[in-house]
Amino acid sequence: MSTITADAQTRAGRRSVGYWARRIGSNYLVRKIIKAVFTVWFVTSLIFVLIRLMPSNPVEVYINELITQYSLTYSEARDQASALFAFDVDQPLLQQYTEYLGQLLHGNLGTSLRSPGTPVLDIIKAFLPWTIFSVGIGLLISFTLGVFLGMIMAYKRDAWWEAILSGLASMLSSIPSYIIGIVLLVFLGVYWELIPIHLMRGSHSPGVQIGFTVEFIKDIFYHASLPIATYVLATIGTWILSMKSSTMSTLGEDYVTVARARGLPESRITTAYVGRNAMLPLVTQLLISIGFVVGGSILIESIFVYQGIGFRLLESLNTRDYPLMQGIFLIITISVVVANLLADFVYGWFDPRVRVAGGD
Amino acid sequence: MAELTRSTHPKPLQWLAGFGRSIGRFLRLMSRNKTGFLGFLMFVGFLLLALVGPLLIPEETSADITAIYETPSRAHILGTDSQGKDIWSQIVHGGRDIIQMALLTGALSTFVGITLGALSAVIGGRFDATLTTAADVWLTIPRFPLLAVLATLIKLDNLMTLALLLAFLSWAGLYRSIRAQVFSLKERDYVEAAVALDLGLAHIIFQEILPNMMSYIAISFTFGMTSAIYAQVGLVFLGLVPLSRNWGVMINLAWTQGAIFFKDSVYFIMAPVAAIALFQLSVVWMSRSLEEIFNPRLRTG
Repeated sequence: MSTITADAQTRAGRRSVGYWARRIGSNYLVRKIIKAVFTVWFVTSLIFVLIRLMPSNPVEVYINELITQYSLTYSEARDQASALFAFDVDQPLLQQYTEYLGQLLHGNLGTSLRSPGTPVLDIIKAFLPWTIFSVGIGLLISFTLGVFLGMIMAYKRDAWWEAILSGLASMLSSIPSYIIGIVLLVFLGVYWELIPIHLMRGSHSPGVQIGFTVEFIKDIFYHASLPIATYVLATIGTWILSMKSSTMSTLGEDYVTVARARGLPESRITTAYVGRNAMLPLVTQLLISIGFVVGGSILIESIFVYQGIGFRLLESLNTRDYPLMQGIFLIITISVVVANLLADFVYGWFDPRVRVAGGD
Repeated sequence: MAELTRSTHPKPLQWLAGFGRSIGRFLRLMSRNKTGFLGFLMFVGFLLLALVGPLLIPEETSADITAIYETPSRAHILGTDSQGKDIWSQIVHGGRDIIQMALLTGALSTFVGITLGALSAVIGGRFDATLTTAADVWLTIPRFPLLAVLATLIKLDNLMTLALLLAFLSWAGLYRSIRAQVFSLKERDYVEAAVALDLGLAHIIFQEILPNMMSYIAISFTFGMTSAIYAQVGLVFLGLVPLSRNWGVMINLAWTQGAIFFKDSVYFIMAPVAAIALFQLSVVWMSRSLEEIFNPRLRTG
């Protein structure tokens, strides 16, 4: 009796390591998180290699700048550059990479090459909030408005204004965001002189105190108004059209017909049957589009000289500021990965079928 | 399609008549949707402008300092730029590159997306899991910033290279939506029947699934085109890609030469802006007619 239980216990003990590893491995949540970490590592490594393959390097760019701006000779410029940069471009790539990853694990993103002594993390902390603010508000406005309008339009397909709105939506969705930005700026700011664009540059006015005051909030909205308007105009058409077509195809589904036949109130059909199912693809789309819009902020922010992360990325790209570029790419990647994780969970919550079939 | 496949060896005349009939049928279907037909006409107009236009209107290469920033007149339909060159002639000559590249990228990316998406959903198993993970990882790479890095890396002054690169970069999004679509189609009765009858992979993909996805494919193609133009013009606007004169380069020139300061340069910057916006619009509107042709559920009236 006692030998049998002991034997069973050891067998259970031996089995448990592999067993639990398999159990953890097959857990939906854990697998998603492992995948997310892998993604961040992969993209970081890819970017690390790619930016070092770019022609020229930070020291050369700086030397060229010194030569053209201050008309120094090459050797003078090189001396000055080497004094400024605590950075060895000729260090083996693998060594640079392992050092970088090691620092990264300690939460250290390195220091910027072009503003020596400034940690990359500080630069990101100073610029990222503005991008999150402008892109976030813009997407929120356009998504809410777009879903609302799209659904109404799907119901009122015969109304005269539906054709106009629909045409307008497809017009907006097909025009690149930066084109919309340029048009806004050229017409409102230069041709009609309705708004003082030179005063609206930057993320906030120089003298304003940062804090939760009415004055500050008014000021940041003033400065962000053009980028936000651009984001709204550039994305709202897509939301309207996707919601409209999504609603229309949901309206043709059998379960809606059955719900009607059962005599359910129209309001319940609209929200619980049509709305919920029609919104499904859009929620994922919204979360995925965050990354796309942040990536597109390079263009929008340089048009309006808005001091966000995209603006800094272009600058670091042109000066080949490796650590800063890596840091910004890392932040953008992490935000996209997190958004995608959220999209997965939200989708599973909305659509139980995914949890059973598509999840594996 | 049906007329063409019925007789296997048609005589040229018959073929021509059949071709004419299908063109007529195509136009009739296209014109069902007013917006879509308008888009189609605009698209054909742009093709003519870009392909035939340069033969009729000479390219102006010499600058004329006495005639800078002129407003539209009979001599210069759209006025002149900062160097006194005719803007209309630049528009005519600046379209071919962009439109060619867009068509090429659209075709390439659609092909890749459909092949991978359909294979993945039909084969399933490990193949599907690997590709899905790869696509997930790929989608999280910030695309435009990555393009900006790649633009300095690879010499993108060649149309083909840029098209290939853009198609290569955009495979994942398309793959994902096609895969999802095929997955849902797979559950339909007629596909399950075909699987049960063991009709073969090729038959299932090309006879049962693809025809039901034509609207999706048409949309994918137009989406590939518009995102190609977005990327290319964006890169050119930032000054990262050295290309010969095209609409994007015109915007870049107008921008850097002070469109944000001078009222006079409004024609210089707005002409290429309008050209790009209208071309994108024509493609998107045209895709509506295409969608309706292949998806009768959407047909109105």
